[in-house]
Order: sequence, then structure tokens, then C-alpha cells
Amino acid sequence: MSAPSLPLVLVIEDEIQFRRLLRLTLEAVGYEVNEAANGQLGLNETAVRPPQGIIVDLGLPDIDGKEVIRRIREWSQVPMLVLTVRDGEDEKIAALDAGADDYLTKPFSGRELLARLRAILRRTQTAVGSPVVRFGDVEVDLAARVVRRAGSELRLTAKEHDLLRYLAVHAGRVVTHRQILRELWGVNAEESPQYLWVYMTHLRQKLEPNPREPRYLMTDAGVGYRLIAD
Amino acid sequence: MPPSPSDSTDPGILPPRDTGGRLVVVLLVPGDGNAISALQRAAEDGCKGEIVDARLTASVLPSLETVLARRPAAVLMDSLAQDNPAGSRHAWRWQDAVELLESGIDVFVALAPGDVASRADAVAAITGRPPAKTVPDPFLDRADAVNVIDAGTVSPPLGESQRSALRALALRLAAEHAERRLAALSRNLQSPVWRSTERLIVAVSPSPFSTQLIRWTRRTAAALGAPWLAVYVEITRPLTEEARSLIENNLALARELGGEVVVTRDDDVAAALVRVARDREATQIVIGKPSDRRWHDILRGRTMVERLFELGGKIDIHMIPAASAPTAGPRLRLDSASPSGWSEYALVVAAIGGITVAGLLMTGFYYLSVGLVYLLAVILLSLRVGRGPMLLAGVLSALTWEYVFIPPKFAISIASVQDALLFGTYFVVALVAGQLTARIRAQAHNERLREERATALFRLTHSLAEAGTLDDAVQSALRQMDRLFAAQTALALPSAADGPLVLHAASAFGFDPAEREAAEWACRHRRPAGRFSPTLASCSGYYEPLLREGRSLGVLGVKIPAGRAFPAAQRELIGTFARQLALIVEREQLRRAGEREKLLAESDRLHRALLDSVSHELRTPLSVIASAAEDLEEIRPEARSRLLGEIRIAALRLNRVVGNLLDQTRLESGALRPRLQWCGVDDLLKSTVQEVHDALAGRSVEIHVPAGMPAVHLDWTLTGHALACLLLNAAVHTPAGMPVSLSAEYDETGRRLFLRVADRGPGVPAAIRGRLFQKFVRGDPAQAGGVGLGLSIVRGFSLAQGGEVSMGDNPGGGAVFTICLPQAQHQYQPAP
Repeated sequence: MSAPSLPLVLVIEDEIQFRRLLRLTLEAVGYEVNEAANGQLGLNETAVRPPQGIIVDLGLPDIDGKEVIRRIREWSQVPMLVLTVRDGEDEKIAALDAGADDYLTKPFSGRELLARLRAILRRTQTAVGSPVVRFGDVEVDLAARVVRRAGSELRLTAKEHDLLRYLAVHAGRVVTHRQILRELWGVNAEESPQYLWVYMTHLRQKLEPNPREPRYLMTDAGVGYRLIAD
Repeated sequence: MPPSPSDSTDPGILPPRDTGGRLVVVLLVPGDGNAISALQRAAEDGCKGEIVDARLTASVLPSLETVLARRPAAVLMDSLAQDNPAGSRHAWRWQDAVELLESGIDVFVALAPGDVASRADAVAAITGRPPAKTVPDPFLDRADAVNVIDAGTVSPPLGESQRSALRALALRLAAEHAERRLAALSRNLQSPVWRSTERLIVAVSPSPFSTQLIRWTRRTAAALGAPWLAVYVEITRPLTEEARSLIENNLALARELGGEVVVTRDDDVAAALVRVARDREATQIVIGKPSDRRWHDILRGRTMVERLFELGGKIDIHMIPAASAPTAGPRLRLDSASPSGWSEYALVVAAIGGITVAGLLMTGFYYLSVGLVYLLAVILLSLRVGRGPMLLAGVLSALTWEYVFIPPKFAISIASVQDALLFGTYFVVALVAGQLTARIRAQAHNERLREERATALFRLTHSLAEAGTLDDAVQSALRQMDRLFAAQTALALPSAADGPLVLHAASAFGFDPAEREAAEWACRHRRPAGRFSPTLASCSGYYEPLLREGRSLGVLGVKIPAGRAFPAAQRELIGTFARQLALIVEREQLRRAGEREKLLAESDRLHRALLDSVSHELRTPLSVIASAAEDLEEIRPEARSRLLGEIRIAALRLNRVVGNLLDQTRLESGALRPRLQWCGVDDLLKSTVQEVHDALAGRSVEIHVPAGMPAVHLDWTLTGHALACLLLNAAVHTPAGMPVSLSAEYDETGRRLFLRVADRGPGVPAAIRGRLFQKFVRGDPAQAGGVGLGLSIVRGFSLAQGGEVSMGDNPGGGAVFTICLPQAQHQYQPAP
């Protein structure tokens, strides 16, 4: 057997300094890094050397970053992490809705970057196996459709269960309001995030040690929710 | 020139009740009461504040201007039907009241029932005095309250029965008014809304009796709450001057009483009336009772009335007899529209005389052939002369033929029945032929007038549509009107919303204060003013406002030369022109608003793009520094120096961006004062390259300075910075490793210094060459970096030293930027 090849990460970023920084951070923990200085080059590289993950900057000089994401998503399921210096929530949501898996606002630390990257890469790597997500004293058994807290089974309503399941499947990654609403309530409910807020409040009361200061069921301000699993 | 009654404007544009002041009308019936105290009591009850007595009998009669300036709460007025003295703003006193109401001032008015236009005839019938000047009915309709008071005296005193009749009339007026108010209130609407589906049409003719018909119709329509129209059917027979002025007076009266005026052309009056009635969905037609049968009625076999009944179908026909036997108004005379001159009569006499003499000289002609020659002459004459001369020609030729040629000759007698028949036939044929041709000529004349009008309008709309700008449109419209009316025209538009009027440059005359006042008044009150109008008639121009959806967009002024008349047809045409111009002005206003909007949007877009680019340029190096700093502790020690290097590069870049922004600010604030000094160009170039060495990323820079180059005179800091910007620019836009060359030389005269930065890159895209040195213009968008200030700063620094910067192509590929600085004569050479 040959040595397992290192996961290849493509960095689509116009600023040479960031490319160098990312390369430094990623190569230090064993990723192989490929670079592209603009959107068009990024699309080409994705096709020529399919990476295991893509880090893409939203502010590209030639093609908008969101457009790059959309075009890649048309034919590939490769996990994508968005980098942005803008703190506009709309930009992030649009990028996530276009198919990005998570985002990171510049400036960021190497640790943060690696954690996010691991979370999105895990999705493709653990497609099978025992799907149990744990956080705090809570255990979500995706296969058995059972939620336990401190060992005893917890009674959740159907919608609460669906919501928790959805967050658990995407554990560690942000999911936008729109994505949850579409998945759980259908396309027509996309513009009514108030449902979601109500169910989220219920879930926190049942699952969080201190519902007022959630540690696992986190709100990503203005964007969506994120389940921090162990 | 004082305005004639026909010049009255439509008082239908009274201010609506909810915006203007209150109008309280007190109807006076001769009696013991005191009109003044009644009026004052009403005013004191109704409002708080100053009350101005503007009755004709007031001790000091204030002018309208002074009353307006005092802004009282209420004004007392009487004798509204009277004319104002010459030189006043308005021709009639009731117009003063209207303007006061428009200004939001309450007006309390004493009126005699006979002052109300629609009741003038009825009152005249009671008192036996002919109706004098009157106040139009819409004025009374505008009133918020109408009271009846027994007060005032008339001389000679009236009998009891006459007074009762007057009182009944006044009470009925007040009751009708109250009923209409109630109906309007119950519909919760301020403006009068026609509550019935009835619509009345009154047929107007050039007869004094028509005024009675119009008043009757107005009364009936008001009682029904129905709208009404006055229709004048113009027939081909031309009118005399007298008839023309009568019809214009009648139509003006109809307008004044709030009726709509329709003029149509048809020889069949009954058919025309029914046609208009059908078009306008009228339910009732009012006509005068004809006093006699007309000959063409006899020819048609039916009277006009019978035809009306036959054609009208379900339309009700009212026939109103003349109240008093109308003094047979000027009937249509067999007279040409343009009065025939004596020359035409002379021509007729000469022609007939000539034929007679010739017939006498050439004996042996059969008398019948002479008759035929006469007939030929009559018909030929009809092509040249008017109605009157034609009549003369017919009669004269018939008589001469009979007297001279028909046997027995030289006697007024006809021998045979056959001759009598011949003579009679000749007489009728000559007359009819003459009349027919005259009518055809009149028709042709009317056609021509109508066509001229249509052509004028067509030309106007055409040229307005063609004109690219408002100025072109106004220019061509005014010049056309100058020609058409043989007068001077002017257009004034408000300088800003509600600002003073400014004459358009194409205007043919200017404003003196009086003209300006009239124009401003017309614009503000949305009614014509000036000469030929009842307002400010003393000035020399007529001013028609450009109205569009109830707003005044400007004023069209026309100066008719003194002594010329200004018929209603011309005024109507000017109104039409004004409407067309209003459309154009409005189009221009909309276009300007659109452009402003677009400019704002564009500047907004630029602003956002600029903010984006500046924030990107500032945040990127900051993010690099922050991200790298975060990792410094965790990363392997051997990688740490690389992170530090990134931090340094980012910090330098940040420094440059901030420096550029500050430089640009200094340039724009004008605070830049170059400090010129003598220095060696070699030193300058070398130190500049040293300064940007890091950012050049290993590119080699060749420096070319001619041997023995004398010292140069310039601001070291500014020039060095400009050169550094150019070098960085070259580094960003050329591939890594490409060399850059930096050179300096004098021109032949030694008065100008050239500093050149040349590269071997791809050159400057043609699309941005024109704006290359403007700020925030960036090169290749696919290339990262830069706010787009570098070249703008280079230019600013060069200009500050009296120089300039230009860009050209480098022979063999690439771009060359040249800074050219003026050099003073060398006063001093550095020691060798």
C-alpha cells in the first residue's frame, strides 16, 4: 500500500501575502496546498487537480467569490470555506446559500482556520460509520433517531427533533436560517425565521446546561446557527 | 385699452372652499334694515382679527394691494358688479374679492339680487330698469353662506308688490344655494359635483336674445345640479362685425356663468346641435323660439325646430320665447365678411354699363343674346366681388336689360308672357348664382382660416417634437408665434420652485416692473393677465400661464402692437400654444429630474466603490498582520521569521496607502508649497530606488544620467515621492523580474528637465488612458492592490512644481512615464 496521500487544499485568494500565510499554516499540519490568484484560475485548478477542500476569498478581482462557489457547486461536492474581510452578514449568507460550507472572517488565527477546515472535511470523510454526535451530556444518535441526556432518553417534539438532527448532521459548521427553513418547513417558509427562533429556544431549554448562555447550540450573529459538538 | 365685457375670464377657477377664505354673501332687498351693520355683525361674529371696510362708501377706500399687505382676518365689500377705476389690478370689483379669498382672507359681501348674472333679467322685469353690470354666478356658488336682509333703498322707491317679488327672488336664490351646499356636504365633497345625470345644451346665436337663453339655461342647470354647454353652430354665411362681436359676447357670458363653450361648423344647425348633444351625452337642448320662418326652412319643408324634434329622439327640447320682444338684432346681412369697397360697386356698374353700351352700338342682336351676355358678366363678376356688389349686379343688369333691350325698348313694361317669364328667370338665376358663388367664396375663406390654424399647430407640434433641447423648442415656438400673430412673444419660467420668473433668452421683449407684475400674477393665479384681460389690463402684454395638471410651469407673453384687435380665436390659439409649450417644459423638467437622479445614483455608486477599495486596501494588510501575529506563538520557531517578514511587508504597504491618502488630501486642500532647491539628479534617483527597494521584489532598476549633468532645481521630497510612485506602479503592473529603467535629461534649451520611468510590461490599456491621472482610477482590475491614487499624486506633485506628467509607449514594448519640470537658468554650478 502506498502512503496515504496528503489532503490537497486549493487556496483561491488574490492577496499574495494571504496565500503565503495560508500555505505556511496548512503545510505545518500536513496539508498539501495549491494556489490560485483569481477566480478563473481557481476554477481551472479545481478541474485540473480536484482538491479535497477549497478555501476561497470572496473579494476576488475578476469573478465574484460567490460566483466561483456557485460554478464549482454545479458539478462538485468538494467542501468549501469562505474567507472574507467584509463583515456584511448578507455577503456571508449569500456565499453560504451559494453552496459554501462555512466562512471565516479575516483576520483569523491559524487554529480557527484549521478547526473550520477539519469540520467541513469531516463531512465527506465520515459519510458512513456510527453516526452519534455528542456534546456536553447530550447524545444524538442519528441512526436510531434517539436523543439522550445524561443517559436517559429525552422527549422532543417532531420538529425539535428534526432541527436538532439537522444541526447535528452539520455539526461544527454554520447553517443559515434559510437552509434550515427550507429543509424543515419547505421553500415557502424561507422568509419567516421567527419559527426557527421559537424552536431553537425550546431546544436550548431542554439541552443546554444554562439556556441563557448557550455553549453548544450557538447563534452565528445574523447568519444562522452552529452546533459545537465534542 | 379698457377691456370689453367679452374679455372676462372664466371665474370657474375660484379657490376651493377648503383652501381659500370664507365667503359670506348678504343679499339686500330694499327695506328698513341697515346693510352695513348687518355685514359688520356677520363679520365680527365669524372671525377674530382686523376687519377692513372696503365698501365703495367707506371713508377711505383701500386698494387691493394695501388690503392684501395688511393681511386682515376679514374684508367687507359691496357693489361687486362695479368696474374698478382705471389703473387697478383687476377690471371688476368681484375679481378683487376672488383674490382676497385666494389669499385666505374671509370676505363679507353685500349684493343686490339684480347683481347676480343669472337673475339680472328677472330683476329688470320686476323693477323696469335694464340689467346693469353683474357678478357671475359661480362667484355666488362659492359662497359659504347666503343670507337675505331687508336693507337699503333704491330710487325711485319700489312698490310693495315689486319689493315682495324681489324678496321672493332673493329667498329663492338663497334656498337654491343652501340646497346645493347640502347636497355637496352630504356627499362629503368640497367641490361641486354634478349630482344628476342631466346635461343641458343651449344653442347660442348672434342675437341679444341669446343672453336670456343662456341665463335661463344656467338657472335651470344650477337647479338640476347639472353641467351645461353653450353651443354655437357656425354656418358658412359670413357674419358682420356686429354679429361677430355679439356672438363673442354671448359666448363670453356663457363662460362667465360657468358653462362650457363649444363651437362647431355646420350648415344644418339642427343636425349640428343633435350631434354635439349625442357626443356630450346631453339630455336637454334649449333653443329660442324662432320669430319667423326662414326661407331655407321653407325650402327644406320643415322648420329647424321640427328637424330638432325629428333628429333628437329622446333628447328633451326646451323652446324659450323672448321675454320682451327682442329688438330685431342685427340679422345676418347679405354682406361679405370683408366689407366690399366702393371699387367693387364701381366695377359692377362699369361692367353692366359697358355691356349695355356695346349692346346698343351693335344693333341687330337679338335681345335674348344680350341677356345671356349679361348673365355671363354677372357670373364672372361673382368670382371677383362680394355679396353687396353681386346683389347690385343682379338687380342692375336685370333692370337695364328689361328697360333697354326687352321690347318695348326704353320702357318699364314687358309685352309678352314669354318675355315676362324670361325676365323673371333671369332675375332669379342671376341672384342665386351670385349668392352661391359668394357662399362658396366664404366657405373657402373659412377653410383657409381653419387650415392656417391647423397648419400653425401642426408646425408647432412638429418643431417642438423635433427640438432636441428646451431652448431650441422655445426658440422655434416663439418665432413661429411672432410670425403668426405679427406680434412680439416672450416666455418666462420660474427660476426655482416658486422663485421669480426669468425671461427665456429667446423672448422678443423684456419685462418692466408692470409687465413683470402681470406675468407673475398670471403664473401665481393660473389665469391670464395683462392687456385684453380683466386683470392688470394697463400693461402692454397679454400673459397666458402654462398650465399642466393644475400647476403653472411658466408664462407666455404676447405683445400685440397698439391699435390692433385681439379676437377670441387668436386668444384660443395662444392658449393652445401655451398648452403645447407647457408639455415641453414639463418634459424638460422631468428629464432634468431624471438626470439629477442618475447623477446622484452614479455618485453614490462611485462613493461606495471608493469606500470598498479604500477599506480593502487598509484592511488587507491589517488582517495579514493580525492573522500572522495570532500564529506567532504556536508556529514552529523556524517558520516564525517568515511570519515576521509578512508582518513587515504588510506594515509597509499599510504605510504607503495611508501616505497616499494623506498626500491626496494635502493636494486637494491646496496646502502644498513646493520648496525648490538645487540638487544632483543622480543622488535623487539613487535614493528613490533605495527607498522602494523592498517593494520592487527583486526587480533591477537601471539608472541613466548623462555624464556631467548640471544640478537640477526642484523639490526633493515631492519629486522623489512621485518617482517612487511611478516605480511602484511599474512593479505592480509588470511581471516579476522585468527590469525597470529610470533616466534623467535636459531638453536642448536646458529649460526643461525630463525624468522618465520606463518598463517592459504590457503597457497601459487604451480604455483608461484618458483618465489615467485621475484619482481612484485603477489599472487592470484583475491585478490586486492599489486605491488608484498613485498616478494622481504623481500628477499633483508635478503640477505643484509647475511641471506636468505624461505617459507614452516604450519603443519595443512597455510604458514610459515622463515627469517634465521647468528649470530656471543656472545661477550656480556645483563645485566639480
